[in-house]
Amino acid sequence: MTLLITVFGAVAATLAWYTRRDDTLHLGALCFLLWGAALMWLGDAIFGYLEEGAAYFTPSAAEMLNDSFLGLSVLALALVVWLVIVLVKDSRGRVRAALLKK
Amino acid sequence: MACFLVGAAEAAAVTVAARALELREQSHEARLTGAPHSVSAEENPLPWSRRLKWLARLLWGGALLLCFEHLWHGEVVPWFPFLTAAENPADMAEMLHEMATVGVTMAVIVTFVWAMMVLAATHILRRSQRAPQR
Repeated sequence: MTLLITVFGAVAATLAWYTRRDDTLHLGALCFLLWGAALMWLGDAIFGYLEEGAAYFTPSAAEMLNDSFLGLSVLALALVVWLVIVLVKDSRGRVRAALLKK
Repeated sequence: MACFLVGAAEAAAVTVAARALELREQSHEARLTGAPHSVSAEENPLPWSRRLKWLARLLWGGALLLCFEHLWHGEVVPWFPFLTAAENPADMAEMLHEMATVGVTMAVIVTFVWAMMVLAATHILRRSQRAPQR
């Protein structure tokens, strides 16, 4: 579930990056974050499948719930990291304007 | 246990290499044109330093989110020695084995996908450079 949620997040971020005309939201950074994690979890999943066989695809309800919760938490962390990048780079100058406002 | 450390180590090495390459490319451009980021940026829109930065970002992103996962599972702790497996030799051996198998596989997968990405990007650039001549 963690891998699936991360892949869905990565695909959504990539589509958003592809369809936007400008790069002021730095969606590329979010894409790299999520794809990097998804690919690494793919490696983990391969070893999980080699160890457990078909049982890997039939996790218990408690495992699925915990993994889903983890996947959503990972997505939340990635979004927070991305938001920090957007605010620090401040491509639209909004943060600078807010700081200079009297 | 600590498989993400392999990706993090590769990310650190790639970041250093990308920075060194970037400095070399800039000094090379300056020597050729007298001013950095001018003619050669048009000739080579995809320098190797930029390609390596993609790999570094993929690896850092993956390592960061996997570190969080390990924190979630109690395998990484915010106090010394930071890895719970490092507290006894039996767990340490298991951790090193996992790093050598799962960790290396993760790094190989990310690097392979990056290589495919670079190939695709090079192909797209060549196609777009050829297109106006038709």
